[in-house]
Amino acid sequence: METLTQEKQAVIIKFAGDSGDGMQLTGGLFTDDTAISGSDLATFPDFPAEIRAPIGTVAGVSGFQLHFGSQRIYTPGDRFDVLVAMNAAALKVNIKSVKKGGTIILSEDGFDSKNLRLAKYDEDKNPLEDNTLEGFEVIKIPVTKLTREAISESSLGTKEKDRCKNMFVLGFLLWRYSRSMDTTLKFLNAKFKSKPEILDANHKALMAGYHLGDTMELSSERYVVKPAELAPGKYRSIMGNDALVLGLITASKKLGLPLFYGSYPITPASSILHALSKQKNFGVRTFQAEDEIAAVSSAIGASYGGSLGITGTSGPGLALKGEAMGLAVMLELPLVVIDVQRGGPSTGLPTKTEQSDLLQALYGRNGECPMPVVSCSKPSDCFEVAMEACRIAVQHMTPVVLLSDGYIANGAEPWRFPKASDIPEMKVSFAKQHEDGSHFMPYQRDEKLARQWAVPGTPGLLHRVGGIEKEDVTGNISYDPANHEHMVKTRERKVEMIADYIPVQKIESGHESGDILILGWGSTYGVCEAVTHSLTELGYKVGHAHLRYLRPFPRNLEELMKHFDKIVIPEINNGQLVKVIRDKFLLPAIPFNKIQGTPIAHEDLFDFVVNLLK
Amino acid sequence: MAVDSNPNGVPYTLKAKDFATDQDVRWCPGCGDYSILKQVQTVLADLGKQPHETVFVSGIGCSSRFPYYMETYGMHSIHGRAPAFASGLKIANPNLSVWVITGDGDGLSIGGNHFMHLLRRNFDVNLLLFNNQIYGLTKGQYSPTSEEHKKSPSTPFGSIDHPVNPIALALGSDATFVARSMDRDPKHLKDMLARADAHRGTSLLEIYQNCNIFNDGAFEVFTEKASKPDTALMLEQGQPLVFGNENEKGVRLDGFTPRVVSLTSGEFTKNDLWVHDETDQLKANILARFFDNPSVNPAAMPRPFGVFYQTERPCYEEQLHQQLDTIVSNLGEGDLDKLLAGGSTWEIK
Repeated sequence: METLTQEKQAVIIKFAGDSGDGMQLTGGLFTDDTAISGSDLATFPDFPAEIRAPIGTVAGVSGFQLHFGSQRIYTPGDRFDVLVAMNAAALKVNIKSVKKGGTIILSEDGFDSKNLRLAKYDEDKNPLEDNTLEGFEVIKIPVTKLTREAISESSLGTKEKDRCKNMFVLGFLLWRYSRSMDTTLKFLNAKFKSKPEILDANHKALMAGYHLGDTMELSSERYVVKPAELAPGKYRSIMGNDALVLGLITASKKLGLPLFYGSYPITPASSILHALSKQKNFGVRTFQAEDEIAAVSSAIGASYGGSLGITGTSGPGLALKGEAMGLAVMLELPLVVIDVQRGGPSTGLPTKTEQSDLLQALYGRNGECPMPVVSCSKPSDCFEVAMEACRIAVQHMTPVVLLSDGYIANGAEPWRFPKASDIPEMKVSFAKQHEDGSHFMPYQRDEKLARQWAVPGTPGLLHRVGGIEKEDVTGNISYDPANHEHMVKTRERKVEMIADYIPVQKIESGHESGDILILGWGSTYGVCEAVTHSLTELGYKVGHAHLRYLRPFPRNLEELMKHFDKIVIPEINNGQLVKVIRDKFLLPAIPFNKIQGTPIAHEDLFDFVVNLLK
Repeated sequence: MAVDSNPNGVPYTLKAKDFATDQDVRWCPGCGDYSILKQVQTVLADLGKQPHETVFVSGIGCSSRFPYYMETYGMHSIHGRAPAFASGLKIANPNLSVWVITGDGDGLSIGGNHFMHLLRRNFDVNLLLFNNQIYGLTKGQYSPTSEEHKKSPSTPFGSIDHPVNPIALALGSDATFVARSMDRDPKHLKDMLARADAHRGTSLLEIYQNCNIFNDGAFEVFTEKASKPDTALMLEQGQPLVFGNENEKGVRLDGFTPRVVSLTSGEFTKNDLWVHDETDQLKANILARFFDNPSVNPAAMPRPFGVFYQTERPCYEEQLHQQLDTIVSNLGEGDLDKLLAGGSTWEIK
């Protein structure tokens, strides 16, 4: 049978299987290959909180969504063109999100009576046999059987052989999208260097899957997605947490300060600790503390000692760090607190995304406790925001909160990475002994209202710091009423003055003035962009601005908002930025909220804005 | 403000008063903290410490005001967490002489967790635990070291909490230096402070400290002239465990069971006694259990003072920096461009 190759502009694939089926790896490897092929892309891994939820059940389904194309890709997409379902549960969870006429690739062996029972399909309702799959292109492949056959000569046990199923599926998809196996083979060679038997089995499974398309009359079509028109330059694929790590290390080098990262493992922030702990030849000091409080406290201690002190966590950990962050506000020492947000409150939805820590970051401490807050909008943006958080912390002598979220942390996209030499050095200064022998005043301030960084070990700067209110300039303990008010106002003014040292807010896309401004922050960037493009193409007067700086806001924000009749603020929470905007500017901003642990869908935001435009 | 070196960098000889700040000391008159402050300032001068290389880190509580009175660097941090601040500081600069000041509430209640982890990691810091068996700063509630049935504002009918044994807790955390002293014995306190500082690793020194306002006389049975000889057992390396006015009593190990024996009855001599060995962890654990209160139980074993246990184990910060150095010498300094490029890249022209 002749194979036809069809060109596609964009494709959304969802890989879904049991937690143990290796779908994250399959998706990740397919993504790497997609990136290298020159497509633009966005990914969305979606996995259960349990490491190994009961096999075959709906609770145990792990998924990886990839949107790639020859056009600009802003989000992982709402509905899939292709669903790869390794078992009945994976089909059950995902079928509702497959586009009409879309393709469903099924691993037939995952639909035996046991799997159907575990997925809670009624006994007489096998979805492969009833009308469940009507209206879809269905490709059934006996993946387990074919994988075992492909590696029948291997001495591996059946369990280990079955672990190669994901490579078989990956092979088939690489064939289907007209790719080569080179990237994947390179990866396998590196990963299983010391395990030749496993390497061989994975190779064979991959190739068997690849050749399936040619040898069996399963699928007559192949597709090709041409490279996207991305700006010229060198690219790599990057996930949010990895970009944060690169940004932190780059900041440490550009500041000339050793990086200290104190952290306690928590989803979805742990991979920052893992990645940083590998980079010790950059002088990175990682410290897995006994708890969240010790993590932030050790980072403050390191900053006090002249290092770039950083801690990272997620929402529950930020709550625990609150008191120590307040101390950092009083000590006026540099500190970066990374919060990779997840669904809350309490333990909430550990592996799902949410933007619900904004108010905690802004206000969640005792007393008048202002801290600058910055946020990342997409995986690659984490690099710049991490550097910016470090710059603000060091140059303004203040703790800084950096907000990311689970969607950004685990999502991937192509990144045109910079040359190290193109990134400017960042200025840092330490206090020195006064030449005239006069006393060092620890709370004397510069034009930014920042005090000096006086590091223990330096002669002539002996002083004491602490959480008790201190007298202006001398830093001595003071309970004087007027001094307290003065210090509260000064600490606030110091943070507000950072607005003079950050860029003005820009319109990201669409119109500079008009009917509606879509004002976003954080991981809603992609959907805000995509919806703005869709609406402007239809002739609507819509613009999109995306805030990196949440405290202080850019100086021109109020002016920029006034050029629009309405302001819509989409957030994956119950309405937080909208409260701040209303409070600060007395503007009737309109909230658009989704609180389902997933990114906002294009069609939902699109419909909402169109309705407002009517 | 002390100038700790002349313009040529040659240190002046410093006296105890050079370690005192110009701040008014605000502890209650008669507080045991005054004695400890004086001994610490004296010991730092005696040891030739440089103020700018010395840091006092404390938590919250009466004792935690300590850094404000020391003409060194200092951080008065948050409740219970001083060990964590000190850990980060020691990683940032292992050369600093870091002293953590804590109390029984700060170090064993709210900060109990960090207490254990500091000890097991063995950062090279001196951890001074001011134990007064009461919450002073919050006006007299019972503390985790208060005796059972303690009447206090929060326990008007008597506490039903069982007290923690700080020395046993420290040994259980594999501390490398564990000692006890008291505010009323300045010479012993000074010796113990010097020993604690000489030890490389976390040195836990528990100091019985009298709170004359809320818990006056809590330790007087061990500290007053009349009762001290019979209740306090002064540990000395290589010496038999003897006590009593005339050293007429001793402690003998009968298997694993310690027994008080008379040296005057003719049955035993000093040669039959338990000889103190600081390097013996097993025996240190037995000594730590000499914990009954002689005021309540006249048959209680005498309370030991001195170094219970000392051993050498690499410090956390030392190992951390060794690991960094080894990795840098094996792999070379990190190349930022390589790091940014990661594994696989592609070019768009």
